[in-house]
Amino acid sequence: MMAQTKKRKKTNPFLDFLKRMTKAFSAKLGVGLFVLIVLFCVLGPLFSKYDVNGIDLMNMYAGPSKEHLLGCDSMGRDMLTRLMYGGRYSLLIGICASLFGALLGIVFGSIAGYAGGKVETFIMRVMDIWTALPGMMLCILVSNVLGTGFFPTVIALTIGSIPGTVRMIRGQILTERSKEYIEAARTINCSDFSIMFRHLLPNVVQPVIVTTTMGIGSTMMMAASLSFIGLGIQPPNPEWGAMLSDGRAYIRSYPHMIMVPGIAIALTVFAINLLGDGVRDALDPKLRS
Amino acid sequence: MSRYVIKRILMMIVILWCAGFVVFTLTYLTPGDPAMLQLGQEATAEVIAQRRAYLGIDQPYLVQLGRFMVNTFLRFDFGKSWVTNTNTMAELLLRLPRTLIIGLGSMIINVFIGTILGIIAGTHEGKWQDSLVMIIAMVFVSAPDFFVALLLILLFALKLGWLPPYGIETMAGYVLPIISASLGGVAINARQARSAMLEVIRADFVTTARAKGQNEKIVVRKHMLPNAMMPIITGVGGGLSMVVAGTPIIESVFSIPGVGNYLLSGVNQHDYPVIWACVIFFALFSSIAILLTDLCYAFLDPRIKAQYSAGKRKKVK
Repeated sequence: MMAQTKKRKKTNPFLDFLKRMTKAFSAKLGVGLFVLIVLFCVLGPLFSKYDVNGIDLMNMYAGPSKEHLLGCDSMGRDMLTRLMYGGRYSLLIGICASLFGALLGIVFGSIAGYAGGKVETFIMRVMDIWTALPGMMLCILVSNVLGTGFFPTVIALTIGSIPGTVRMIRGQILTERSKEYIEAARTINCSDFSIMFRHLLPNVVQPVIVTTTMGIGSTMMMAASLSFIGLGIQPPNPEWGAMLSDGRAYIRSYPHMIMVPGIAIALTVFAINLLGDGVRDALDPKLRS
Repeated sequence: MSRYVIKRILMMIVILWCAGFVVFTLTYLTPGDPAMLQLGQEATAEVIAQRRAYLGIDQPYLVQLGRFMVNTFLRFDFGKSWVTNTNTMAELLLRLPRTLIIGLGSMIINVFIGTILGIIAGTHEGKWQDSLVMIIAMVFVSAPDFFVALLLILLFALKLGWLPPYGIETMAGYVLPIISASLGGVAINARQARSAMLEVIRADFVTTARAKGQNEKIVVRKHMLPNAMMPIITGVGGGLSMVVAGTPIIESVFSIPGVGNYLLSGVNQHDYPVIWACVIFFALFSSIAILLTDLCYAFLDPRIKAQYSAGKRKKVK
């Protein structure tokens, strides 16, 4: 008995997960790249000698040079500094909106799946209506109502990502809820709340973890699209989509102004997608050995 | 089967009503007085009140909502644009073909190129073809469509001068928008087709076909493909609505006067009839796409078919 408990203690599920996840080269690359980008955005500004919104008319449209490694934009602001600050917005919006969307989706999905009957029908019909408006439209409309800025954008993007999670969780719970361990929990008089969140949820949450990690990338892209068309984060705040939109007018003469933020978005989404693939493979019971 | 079709169509209509309600409520809640925005800062309170009465936005919410629902869903009329005073329905129909060309064009590219890439990857699992396709898919899915669009403009329009950078005076103007709208879909379709192929590649009937000494090409074409088609087809409907929902961005980059750009101008100018018309159009379009996919699915999936042909000869559980 003792030996058994000791053995169990040794395997930390999180470390185990990390080990399995970083087995593949692509996942390693994804994790590494993502960590680098986060460090770049979080710590980078501390080392920058330029003000993020500091206008310098001498250096308008300046290309990459020793002083300005990535050049300057239409107001002579240092692109590298703006890229670092902008990354904070882009990453934070992507992560927050995906997380909130997943959380709300889990709550409504578990209620729908567990309650069944009229509650389930109601929630699912609401989701049907929700998805009838394509995600991008809904985001545009909601951010039009809420206005621009950080929190309105996060809310708009969160609203767009809820229905998918609700559907997924409900589907998972429908297959789990008739299983024996739920019946056992019910016979020992567990409350509905505790069955739902302590017994059912841990067994159905895996696919949501995978889609949420993958979703961060697409949410970031959506946030960038919003600022690209003039909603979302507003100038002079540097957000990658807004920077790209800024550079659009000068594409012919100063292409570095679109290349820098564009490549930053693409690279980050690429890293997150690799990471998401890694998470999926690590959590897939079929691939466990 | 017809019962299933009728049920789905009725459901679609109800969902569209609700979507209309949501869109109207969202525009109603939008801050800012459209009358004041149109007339400018200097307008007197009297003129603004007149304008509000003319636009009908001085009425209570329920009255406005009722009028909107009756006009939209019974008369199919969204009213006149508040800014340009043109009929939104006519304008929408004028712009529709442009958006459809982009949507359907990129859809065709998505399905064909994506599926072919996926099949190549799936039949060469673990070899260099597989890795190459997966890397291409990963890059395509990671690049934002508006960035790709700007890069394509930079390369093919400004540097090489092969294609026009914006506008649609000639059909050549559609080439770049279609390509930039399709890249993400190509990647998604390729991944889906690959996993669908991998699913059937290990099936017993494939082993049997190979054991019989069947030509490998015929194994792929006759035995594997038909069975892998199902998930690929279901991807098409979702893909179509995704492509069309992405058109506002693409149309704005290439300055194409399509439905997407119309929506953006409506949003920017607080021109509510334009917003209603465009969003209802997009909702209708994606509902039809999903409906058609579901019907395809139901037609191909014997389980759904059986459910609705109960009472007839077949009664399969």
